[in-house]
Formats: sequence, structure tokens, C-alpha cells
Amino acid sequence: MSSSSNALALQGFLRSDGRKGIRNCIIVAYLVECAHHVAREIVDAFRGQPVHLIGFGGCYPNAYADRMMNTLCTHPNVGGALLLSLGCESFNRHRLAEHIAKTGRPVETVVIQQTGGTRKSIDSGKAWVERALRQIAEVPRVPLHVNELVVGTVCGGSDATSGISANPAVGRAFDILVRQGAVTIFEETGEMIGLENAMSARAITPELGHELKVSVEKAAHYYKQMGHASFAPGNAEGGLTTIEEKSIGAYCKSGDSPISGLIKPGDVPRNGGLYLLDVVPDGEPRFGFPNINDNAEIAELIACGSHVILFTTGRGSVVGSAISPVIKICANPETYERMSDDMDINAGKILRLEASVDEVGDEIYRKVLDVASGTESCSESLGHREFVLTYKSFEPIGPACLPG
Amino acid sequence: METAGKSRKLLRIHRDDNVLIVVAPIRPGDREVFDGQEVVFTQNIAIGHKVAVRDIETGEKIFKCGVPIGSAKQKIPAGSHIHLHNLKSDYLATYTLDKDHVFVK
Repeated sequence: MSSSSNALALQGFLRSDGRKGIRNCIIVAYLVECAHHVAREIVDAFRGQPVHLIGFGGCYPNAYADRMMNTLCTHPNVGGALLLSLGCESFNRHRLAEHIAKTGRPVETVVIQQTGGTRKSIDSGKAWVERALRQIAEVPRVPLHVNELVVGTVCGGSDATSGISANPAVGRAFDILVRQGAVTIFEETGEMIGLENAMSARAITPELGHELKVSVEKAAHYYKQMGHASFAPGNAEGGLTTIEEKSIGAYCKSGDSPISGLIKPGDVPRNGGLYLLDVVPDGEPRFGFPNINDNAEIAELIACGSHVILFTTGRGSVVGSAISPVIKICANPETYERMSDDMDINAGKILRLEASVDEVGDEIYRKVLDVASGTESCSESLGHREFVLTYKSFEPIGPACLPG
Repeated sequence: METAGKSRKLLRIHRDDNVLIVVAPIRPGDREVFDGQEVVFTQNIAIGHKVAVRDIETGEKIFKCGVPIGSAKQKIPAGSHIHLHNLKSDYLATYTLDKDHVFVK
């Protein structure tokens, strides 16, 4: 396999916690919707440069949103952060700025009410980003090995082809990555319903197996309360009939490796292996659907340290993400022909009998290394940098969840 | 054209499956031979959709990728399209949009 020679060629941006980024971007983060416009105007002035917009729209405090912003602003792909505050929102901007500063990254907070309104805040923010871009250009680049990569996977715009071409192929790529010592993360427990026992049997300890089962039961309960399964009308048009059938699709992205742990948004696995990310809030439903769209899940995978996201789609999603590149794997050959500009990998070849699942899995693995080496994914080169963060609530994971 | 376990348009993913996956659009009048049994199709079936590989009884589990995906709501003859009208989840109701774009169970 070509993997070892490629791996030696990889370089990463070294951060103070020892983690290494495959990108080096400045984050501009609004801390309430009222600061969103100012933040966007600043980012728009740096089109074509690695300046990414993220933010939290709510005015009321939320521990989950705090943790997400903390982990995202100190993600290894992030070199520094500009925080945009209106001034009267509940978000604790001081704590976030301190957390970022402790990692040695440049950080600045612009408080719009104190700075003198929209125009002055935009000017002040732009001037800071210019300086910060020069500063992060000095971040040392060091050799990066495959066992230092964190790769997440998500599916969106699924149809019945997702589960029989792209998703099994991602599973093969995950198997290769795990064998090389990388961290791989799959989700979402709401899409594992009906497969609890099969998944539980793959856990590295019986206690973890129990936790995996409980997390799926939690998801089933949550979705029942919401009155909907994670099943959109487009899924049925594409030939998927039940939540269990859709679950097979999501589940087979995990490949055949043992499951090393159960994590929640913001938990960063330290040892290589396969992890299940539990994205369903704890307790009775309070803030609505677990994740309102695919980008909410992508943001959580990135908050768990993902350098790259493998996004499988059958109907044809076009999204990318702030912070980490999204690699699009198209399951449906007809969709691929219509939307090939947006697709990095054509897994539809499997259905046309032109390639095996293993061959496409190897192609995905090589694409991960290529993107990790700096090549832009399709969504990156098209400028996609979607981001969404909403209210949720979680209890910390229990001691059985990370036996490694 | 048929090879072991695979016709030109139908794919069996797992040996335990009682459904086949459509990998090329099926048109009315199409004939496909699978496991030595010929099926003549009377309707359009899009890729990604499922057809019964054999006669399936009411209440029988439907297997895809070797995993149960629900139960048959009615008798399903070999070669029939399997979807919302004859397969139900054993876990949660499937919601979808009807012709007037209203959510239905």
C-alpha cells in the first residue's frame, strides 16, 4: 500500500497542546446573533484567505455552547480567534478568551457597544485579523503521521444507494485508518436504532457495550418524544422505507473495527481507534431536535478534534464546513453525473459494477491523506464554510465510556 | 448476462437478504432472472429501491445487509417492489410527505 510513503510526506501545524493541524485558519466568532453582521463583514474582507466565520446566536447561556466554542476555537486547524460581542449577551466572552489565550493562540475580543458601533467594530476587527494572519504564518510545520489524524464521518441527503456503496466504502477507509492508529469517529445514535445488539458486541469491554446500547435507547426515547425518527421525505423517495434500513446505512460507515469508546460533543479521544459520538442530548427534550441539520453534526465531530470529515451523500449534499475540510463521497452514480463538481469521490462506481467496495475504500483513504497534505477538497475550493450551533444539554460521559 | 447472485439490474448485498437492490432503473416489461427464477416487472422501479427475492409472508422480517429492517405488512410476491405500502418499521413510524406535501404516517 502507498500509505506509508504518503504519511511521511505529511506536515502539520504544531499547537501548544501537541496536537497538529492540517489547516491554519483564523476564526471570527460572533457570541450572539446581534454581532453576526459585524463578524460577517470582517470575514468577507478576507475572501480567499483562511478566515472562517462561526458563532452562537443565542442570548441565553448554555454550557454545551460554551464547551463547543472552547473546543472549536482551540481546534488544531485553528491558529487564532477574533471574538465579536455585542456587549450585553449572556455568553461568557472573558472565559472563552482566557481559554484561547492559555493555548498561546492570538485572541482578541471586539465589544461592539464599547468600540462605538458597527463601522468602528468592523474596522477594528479587520485590522486585528490582518495582524493575526501574519502572526500565524510563523506557526512551525512539523512531520504529521497518520496516527495523529482524527477523521469523522457523517451522512446527509441519504438515499438507498448511501447504504450500499458510499457508506460501506467509508467503513473500509475507517478500517485502514484504525489499523494505522488514527482516531475515527462515527455517529449518530438516532440512526443506530434497531442495531443496538450488533454494535454492543463490538465494544472493547462489556461495560462499554452496555453504554453503547443505553445511548441508542436514549436516542430512541428522544426521537419518540419528538414524534419523528431521523427520516426525511427525501429518504423515502430514494427507496429507504424504515429507520432500521436507514440505520444500516449509517452503521456500516463504522467499518469492522472494535469500538474503543463512546464520546459526547467536545470530548477529544487521545488514543487511536473507533469511537461512537453520542449527539443526542441527555434528559427530556428541551431544545428540540438533537441536531437541526447535517452541519450541526459536522460541528460536533470537529469539536471532538476531527481534522477531516467524510460526508457520504446519495441525493447530493453540497455543504462543507468552517475549520475542517469536508470530503464528499457520492453514493449514487446518477447524482454524481449531475453534481460531480461537488463530489470528491464517486462511490456510485460500485453500483455500476466498475469498482469494488474495497477499491473505493482505498481511494477514500488516499483522498484523506491528500487533503491532509493541503490539497483542497471540492467543498473547500467552492468556498463552502457552513456552520451552525444551537442549544443542547449533556451530562459528562461515564467512566465505562473510555476504557482505553 | 446473469452471474452468480447478480442480474444486470439487481444486487443482493448479503446472503441472508430476502430483498434485492435495484442498481439500474427497472421499466415495465423488464425480465430479470435471479437464482434461476424469472420475474417480469409491471412498473417502474428506481435505483436504490428494493424488490422481494422470493414470496414473503405477512409479518415476516425483511432482511437487508443481513440485518432486519422491519416486517411485511402483507403477503409480498417474489419480484414485488418493497416500500412504505408493504413494509413497516418494528421501531418507529416512518413519516413522509404525501402528494399534497402534508406529513403522513
